[in-house]
Amino acid sequence: MARRILPGLPLTLGITLVYVAIIVVLPLGALIFKAASLGPEDYWRIVSSERAMASYRVTILCALAATLFNLVFGLALAWVIVRYRFPGRRFVDALVDLPFALPTAVAGIALTTLFASNGWFGAPLAAIGIKVAYTPLGIIIAMAFTSLPFIVRTVQPVLEELDPALEEAAQTLGASDMEIFLRVILPQLAPALLAGLSLSFARSLGEFGAIIFIAGNQPFETEITALLAFIRLEEYDYPASAAIASVMLFAAFTMLAVTNLLQARALRYTVKG
Amino acid sequence: MKIRLDTVVKTFDTFRAVHGVSLDIESGELVALLGPSGSGKTTILRMVAGLEFPDGGAIYFGDENATDIEVRHRGVGFVFQHYALFPHMTVGENIAFGMKVSKTKRSAAEISGRVEHLLRLVQLEGLQDRFPAQISGGQRQRVALARALAVDPKVLLLDEPFGALDANVRRDLRRWLRKIHDELGITTLFVTHDQAEALDLADRVVILDKGKIVQTGTPEEVCRAPASAFVMNFLGDANRLKVTVSGEKAQIQNVTFDAPDIADGPAELFFRPADVTWREDGHGIQATIARVIDRPDSRRVLALTVDGQPIEFDAAPEFPFRADAHGFVEIRRPRVYPA
Ligand SMILES: Nc1ncnc2c1ncn2[C@@H]1O[C@H](COP(=O)(O)OP(=O)(O)O)[C@@H](O)[C@H]1O
Ligand SMILES: [Mg+2]
Repeated sequence: MARRILPGLPLTLGITLVYVAIIVVLPLGALIFKAASLGPEDYWRIVSSERAMASYRVTILCALAATLFNLVFGLALAWVIVRYRFPGRRFVDALVDLPFALPTAVAGIALTTLFASNGWFGAPLAAIGIKVAYTPLGIIIAMAFTSLPFIVRTVQPVLEELDPALEEAAQTLGASDMEIFLRVILPQLAPALLAGLSLSFARSLGEFGAIIFIAGNQPFETEITALLAFIRLEEYDYPASAAIASVMLFAAFTMLAVTNLLQARALRYTVKG
Repeated sequence: MKIRLDTVVKTFDTFRAVHGVSLDIESGELVALLGPSGSGKTTILRMVAGLEFPDGGAIYFGDENATDIEVRHRGVGFVFQHYALFPHMTVGENIAFGMKVSKTKRSAAEISGRVEHLLRLVQLEGLQDRFPAQISGGQRQRVALARALAVDPKVLLLDEPFGALDANVRRDLRRWLRKIHDELGITTLFVTHDQAEALDLADRVVILDKGKIVQTGTPEEVCRAPASAFVMNFLGDANRLKVTVSGEKAQIQNVTFDAPDIADGPAELFFRPADVTWREDGHGIQATIARVIDRPDSRRVLALTVDGQPIEFDAAPEFPFRADAHGFVEIRRPRVYPA
């Protein structure tokens, strides 16, 4: 056997594999097993029912909107935290993690209170005809709130490491600030942005606690897929719940695969050869 | 384009990095800013580029006061010590960058033609589709130079461009840079802390210490007549002996040297290790040999004067080494500076 420099590979590898098997593979396996206990026809009927299809549409469209919002706002936030020195910067920096630390139900209740038609934000918005709570807009806000840290925290370290000489070089070559941002900074952030976007999107697809308070949960209108699976569970219809959950699982895996491919493409310039 | 710095001052917070530097660089000249680390070379170069703005004084490009012109409109080519190539762009895209963002619109064919021309100039034909991570340090620095030249700069500024490279590559690249400069005739200001590089490459050397110019001249002028003990020391190995001056004569033991314009009192005598002859008898400064260091083309001898001051000198490789051998040091080209 080849000699290894670092000790403990068999032990750590063993623990890791067992852990992954018990915590990740087993539950997902059970889920698929449960869903598979339905015949193909029943499975198809459940996952393609009108109510399920409406829930996919609501979930995916809201998650897309929330992710796009976070792309712009999260990038701006990371930019400001990294590039500017202002009083309270460290506080803002710490605040970014709040959506991670906060129980999502608390976030949901807080957002609902704020955006209810008599809330601090909801009342003025209602006055100009914008209703947030119990509409898809509320779902988007809840999703954006809970997934914002993903973009900030993936982009921030890359932004910090960018060599300022690259921007200076671009300046001496006559580039405007916008050109520098688009041609020099953004391409280097692309892999991190992509990772942040996919995590943010995945989190939004799966978010439950923060959304159900503010969404109103009207079937076909504001009912997200995770809630539909939960409702089936409460009805003791385990196979149907598993079937709907398996669709979400499949969506998550596909997305991660696509993101990995895109990231590899975006990073091809770092390959030596 | 002629460049003129007129009593330029730069202060960072409370630290004054550049103290009233004035300097004229003639059109087409290649000038080296030479000084130890922290002497303000980079700061001066960055002010000429417009990457830093002076707190006082002015910088002229030709007759135009360029002090407040933004870097992107100043028309300088800047080469950074660590290349600063755009990592996500190929070599060709790096070189084309300045033309693509330029106000002067060029066709794609024109740009690619010019990229090819520049690649030939820096001898990197065929590498345009590589990424910077895929080429060597010397090649990267040549790409950086091609990129800077692509926008037809009025002035070329280089900040320790070969500082991160191996000794052999450095020597090749500086001869090559001189050749390119002679071909293009572009006014060039070049920063280095390596005296060999400055003397090898430059028409004129500007020596800096603690944010001030201490001497300006051709390589010959600064080598043959260093203006101060600092310059003497900085340009190469130098021996330093304590001497006493009286009536413009410096004395050590019973040997005297001319010391024109040096006030009476303690002073320092400097001479190069190559300017020493060792004599078994005769007259000179008395010393004993302590050690030798062998070099490919000579033998460096370490000796001590009778009053314990160290002297180093270069002798032929055949120089016989006997520890504690007693003899006399005869000095050529001595220089006396105030202590
Ligand atoms: N941005 C800056 N902020 C504060 N001090 C600086 C800055 N840039 C340079 N300095 C200081 O100015 C002095 C000269 O620096 P520099 O011009 O980089 O010297 P050199 O290039 O000769 O090594 C140094 O002491 C350095 O610490
Ligand atoms: Mg420097």
